[in-house]
Amino acid sequence: MSTAVLPPSPSVPAAARVATGDAPRASVAQTGVWIGIATISMSFAALTSALVVRQSSAPDWQHFQLPPLLYLNTLALLVSSATLEISRRRRTVAALNATLVLGLLFVFGQVLAWRQLAAQHLFLASGPRSAFLYVFTALHALHVLGGLGGLLYVQRRLAGAVLAPTTFKAAALYWHFMAILWVYLLTLLTIRG
Amino acid sequence: MTHGVATSHAPPRPQSFLRRHVFSVDHKVIGRQYLDLALVAVVTGMVLSWIMRFHLGWPETPVPGLGKLAPTGAAGGVITPEYYLALMTMHGTIMVFFVLTTAPFAGFGNFFLPIHVGAEDMAFPRINMMSFWVTLVAFLVLLSAFFVGDGPPLSGWTAYAPLSAVGKDAGPGQGVGQTLWAISIAIFCVAQLLGSLNFIATTLDLRTRGMSLARLPFATWAWFITSVIGLVAFAVLMPACILLILDRVAGTSFFIPAGLVISDRLQPHAGGSPLLWQHLFWFFGHPEVYIAILPGFGIVSQILPVFARKPLLGPRVFITCLIAIAFLSYTVWGHHMFLSGMNPLSATLFSVPTLVITIPATIITLLWIGTLYGARLRFTSASLFALGFVSVFVSGGISGFFLAQPSTDIYLHGTYFVVAHFHFVMGVAAMFGIFAGTYFWFPKMFGRMMNETLGRWHFWLTFIGVYCVFMPMHYLGLAGNVRRYSAFTDEYLQPLIPLHRFITIAALFTGAVQLIFLFNLIRSRLRGPKAPDNPWEATTLEWSTSSPPPHDNFGGRQPVVSHGPNEYGNAGPRDYVMQADPQ
Amino acid sequence: MGKLFAVVVTVIALVSAAIFAFHVWWLPPDISTHGVRIDRQMNETMVVAGALFVLGQLALAGFVWRFSAGERGAPRPVKSFPGGPTPLVVLATVLVGIEILVLTFVGSKVWADVYQTPPAPGALQIEVLGEQFAFYFRYAGADGKFGAMHPEMMNDATENFFGLDPANDTTARDDIVVGSLVIPINQPVVLEMHAKDVNHSFYVPELRIQQDFVPGLVIPLHFTATTPGKYELVCTQLCGLGHYNMRAFVEVKTQPDFAQWLKEKAAAL
Repeated sequence: MSTAVLPPSPSVPAAARVATGDAPRASVAQTGVWIGIATISMSFAALTSALVVRQSSAPDWQHFQLPPLLYLNTLALLVSSATLEISRRRRTVAALNATLVLGLLFVFGQVLAWRQLAAQHLFLASGPRSAFLYVFTALHALHVLGGLGGLLYVQRRLAGAVLAPTTFKAAALYWHFMAILWVYLLTLLTIRG
Repeated sequence: MTHGVATSHAPPRPQSFLRRHVFSVDHKVIGRQYLDLALVAVVTGMVLSWIMRFHLGWPETPVPGLGKLAPTGAAGGVITPEYYLALMTMHGTIMVFFVLTTAPFAGFGNFFLPIHVGAEDMAFPRINMMSFWVTLVAFLVLLSAFFVGDGPPLSGWTAYAPLSAVGKDAGPGQGVGQTLWAISIAIFCVAQLLGSLNFIATTLDLRTRGMSLARLPFATWAWFITSVIGLVAFAVLMPACILLILDRVAGTSFFIPAGLVISDRLQPHAGGSPLLWQHLFWFFGHPEVYIAILPGFGIVSQILPVFARKPLLGPRVFITCLIAIAFLSYTVWGHHMFLSGMNPLSATLFSVPTLVITIPATIITLLWIGTLYGARLRFTSASLFALGFVSVFVSGGISGFFLAQPSTDIYLHGTYFVVAHFHFVMGVAAMFGIFAGTYFWFPKMFGRMMNETLGRWHFWLTFIGVYCVFMPMHYLGLAGNVRRYSAFTDEYLQPLIPLHRFITIAALFTGAVQLIFLFNLIRSRLRGPKAPDNPWEATTLEWSTSSPPPHDNFGGRQPVVSHGPNEYGNAGPRDYVMQADPQ
Repeated sequence: MGKLFAVVVTVIALVSAAIFAFHVWWLPPDISTHGVRIDRQMNETMVVAGALFVLGQLALAGFVWRFSAGERGAPRPVKSFPGGPTPLVVLATVLVGIEILVLTFVGSKVWADVYQTPPAPGALQIEVLGEQFAFYFRYAGADGKFGAMHPEMMNDATENFFGLDPANDTTARDDIVVGSLVIPINQPVVLEMHAKDVNHSFYVPELRIQQDFVPGLVIPLHFTATTPGKYELVCTQLCGLGHYNMRAFVEVKTQPDFAQWLKEKAAAL
């Protein structure tokens, strides 16, 4: 068997990449977020089918009123999406700070909603609907906290004027997805009352 | 190479030992770390299987030294029924997750995918580093189950509820051990998702100039498709594990119905569905086995042309078949559940795509065989394992015909026929893919050649050995030998014990043969002859750079690709064209 | 090396196939009415699978033998597979496709016969309880009705396996509970499977039936046995440490013997 060694093939130094506006690396952030959205959606889809199956497998589905605080929290999250868009289009730090505050208020509000549930003696193990309510709100809030971390990173770079627009767009994409996901989860829990 | 952007593409070479070899963001280091982890895992998993097989052949004979290592599970060196099942659970879990999902995919994929696409690193190097360390944490959490409470769980790698969900009443190992298992797997899911994120983003966004998707190497296509499968599959397993943990520790009843009496105790649960666990688990579990095998398809398709000195037959057909398999893999999960109590009509519905998946798998096998037609085959350890892969994959795939049909599955479900099937495709074929990849890529990864003589002995003894271990299991299954039994006390099983002993001896022998491979790995790392850039005369981008590659993969030069990966068998003094060769 | 590979693969393929073909290890004789169709499906699949297995391995072996790089002389040029990938795609799709259609068309009927058709009217009803680590069987007794099961009353020590309450439940008083499945030949039997604790499974190789027990569900399974004898019934769903030992016997009796047995059991209550 021939083991002739050939010289490494030449390649063109510093060849131009196909670049559209931003450096290629920045657009990778958006791809990453889309992939993240796909994964997270899939996880909640699995939990949705678990909910549907669980509801139909036994007659013990509870019919309690969802704490109204949840709707207030929803409003906070939706407004935070609006402020984020304002911040992104106008590159203003103030609107971004508003988003961060509203996001924190949302998470805090979710924890308060748990307290309200507990006051009605609705706990994780009380029954399937309350179980799913806790699981959905907890998992969603964890992902929101992750999103807040990303927004803090964005805020730092925006303040230092080194934020690429595509990075901002990627972070905003994730944040809006958090809002859409939450509206979906709340709707699911409401119609499956 | 700058375009007016402040950040350079890859970070500069770190200086400290820790940042270069331990907490490194370099995809090549991460790939090697995954491979090292898989090596530790496979040795662990194999030793567990030796103990199991020895017990099955000679249930009353003590294993020397085992009594000291496991005083409860193996007092006097003879393992208890529960310890057998615990070892079996850990064997399956370690092999499926920490060997077959790491080595061929995270291991070789991390090392070579960025190089194959012509990039300097993965898209998200720090997340990539995290994915390895999170995998390692998952592995350590799993192993800790050996050392806690009453040992590892005994519910199998499939952990069916309610056995896995009710807690310690269900048996030894079902307390803390099972919870640690569920936590470990949930952590593993996170790691895999981070890994998939990198593979997909890198393949889509970081391809160098001229590297269109159509010119991607076959292994890269396989890794890309595998990571898409994983993205969906692991995203389902993780919430399933969370729900299982909640049933175990928080008093919920996702999977546990009312009225269960276990250990004379009425369980305080109600309303849950055991079948829900099975659906969630297998919705992950079936795609998972394609995650285990598809990288092997890619590696074999990459290697065969190199040693056949002619292009892979039907490259576009091959890619289409990979994609078809990926799609179909999500439609078949119920074939693990024909007899589970689910609606019998769905059995027929699941069986159709299960059989249909045979078509792309058969096409791919025929493409490999067709590639050999008219070839000028060179036999090296790498090519022998690639050729052996075709043989064992045929063997493993064919038994699927019986299990895909509900009518024949009535008899064969839960028997050793199933064990034969999945071991051939996963324990043998996927392993052969890993071996082939190792022999092929070792020179590139470590800059040294492996010993060919040792490699050939490894191949021949392993090839014959695995057939001796796993082919007889089909016969056991046809005779009705039930699986997951720690001992064979049933009357109708007594005549089969000699066959079990044959299998045990073959398994111990084949296991011992792997020492040749281990020895070769270590000796070649330390003293192997220096490897040239392109010892196999192959075309893909890794062979255009040094062995091992420099820190940024191409030595400051960005490759420009003008050719596909499949240009072998040309007339003239040099019978191949490298991807980075000029037009 | 190529020739060695070809020889080894050929030997392995032919020896393995022969062991299948000569039924060196095989299914036990079938004793059920539906089993003959399952066995036919098994045999047909074996022929198809066997042919594909042998042909595939021989093709691999043959090509490796023929197309190894020779040591002597100038290297011959490589040849492409005639027709490219198309003939192989067509071959695979048509061959495998037809086989899939045939197997599914016939096999789905075999399956439906066992799992999707109701039991014959007048079938003998027997309840089966799967628990860690034994099977118990219940006959309805003279009143033809099964007493209710109360999980909180299940007690293995007092042999109240099914959790019956004969003191308050008249239908439970004549229920016959035994540790073997005793059935008559040529009589449709329908089993109702209850799981006390975790998943189990009911498997009798000779009867060609298998069915999981699922906690929370009651799952019916029906068949008709044709040959008297004693057969092993084993658990095939991992249920805990005693899984390997979880077994019972199926005693298939002639109809007079079965009637006699039932009478004796009822009298002993």
